[in-house]
Amino acid sequence: MSRPVPRRPEYHKINRDLLVLTYGALVAQLCKDYEKDEDVNKYLDKMGYGIGTRLVEDFLARSCVRRCHSYSEITHIIAEVAFKMYLGVTPSVTCNNSSKNEFSLILDKNPLSEFVEELPAGRSSLCYCNLLCGIIRGALEMVHLAVDVMFLQDRLKGDSVTEIGITFLKQPEKKKYRRRK
Amino acid sequence: MADEALFLLLHNEMVSGVYKSAEQGEVENGRCITKLENMGFRVGQGLIERFTKDTARFKDELDIMKFICKDFWTTVFKKQIDNLRTNHQGIYVLQDNKFRLLTQMSAGKQYLEHASKYLAFTCGLIRGGLSNLGIKSIVTAEVSSMPACKFKAH
Repeated sequence: MSRPVPRRPEYHKINRDLLVLTYGALVAQLCKDYEKDEDVNKYLDKMGYGIGTRLVEDFLARSCVRRCHSYSEITHIIAEVAFKMYLGVTPSVTCNNSSKNEFSLILDKNPLSEFVEELPAGRSSLCYCNLLCGIIRGALEMVHLAVDVMFLQDRLKGDSVTEIGITFLKQPEKKKYRRRK
Repeated sequence: MADEALFLLLHNEMVSGVYKSAEQGEVENGRCITKLENMGFRVGQGLIERFTKDTARFKDELDIMKFICKDFWTTVFKKQIDNLRTNHQGIYVLQDNKFRLLTQMSAGKQYLEHASKYLAFTCGLIRGGLSNLGIKSIVTAEVSSMPACKFKAH
């Protein structure tokens, strides 16, 4: 008889301040290295993409989610399971259009910008949490879903909430291969 | 509480990002390590401020080092430093036999030459923590066999 593996929930956790402060130091360093906001945003997105492609494996291994049958289900899983697991917050999900491929994740409190009071002067178009967009994009691409992720509203830029928009793009037509009889 | 996997991946991406944007050469290697160390310094300063908000004043240097080994390391990496050695003349060696940032990398001598890149941030973390507690220091790290590593502060 096999013994059940003892669960140690603390093992996978790390202090959240460490993550938030590290991210802040990273953005500060990037602002020093790159003058243009678009370059910083692009770099953060690229970094997030690299993280997302690896994070999705960890997520799938630990969360035992079922196979999803709709874009809405996928977005709900990202919000209710993934965000909860990795950042400890649960954004709310809204659907933005009738064809059901544009969704928004709405965060009241963005954990990554917990210690940020305001964007630095001259950096008004900086998307501070662009890493999150890259992570979602990279993770979904690894499960063969092409998406466009961007910030629609940002608390740091004066809006009331932080809103991340996910648009599921149509897959290009795949060639169907007939099995040789 | 945030997840360890996210921090580990973020740290790895930071290291590879810094090195990708630099060219080859010894000078560049040093510059990258300095960049990572400076980032760790900022984070260490911030972290130690939050952790010591309600603690009592420290009696001496050794007390501070014990705090770093026990409370600080536990809060950050969820375990204590396994061994602290000192020569009572200002040099302290902190040994961690299963350093969390290296456990996923290898379990022996493989990739030893790359270990220093992944320890630079933590060296800065310790240096930043000590600096905000009033100790000016230089922190270096050495690895003989992963995932054990030694941090030297003096």
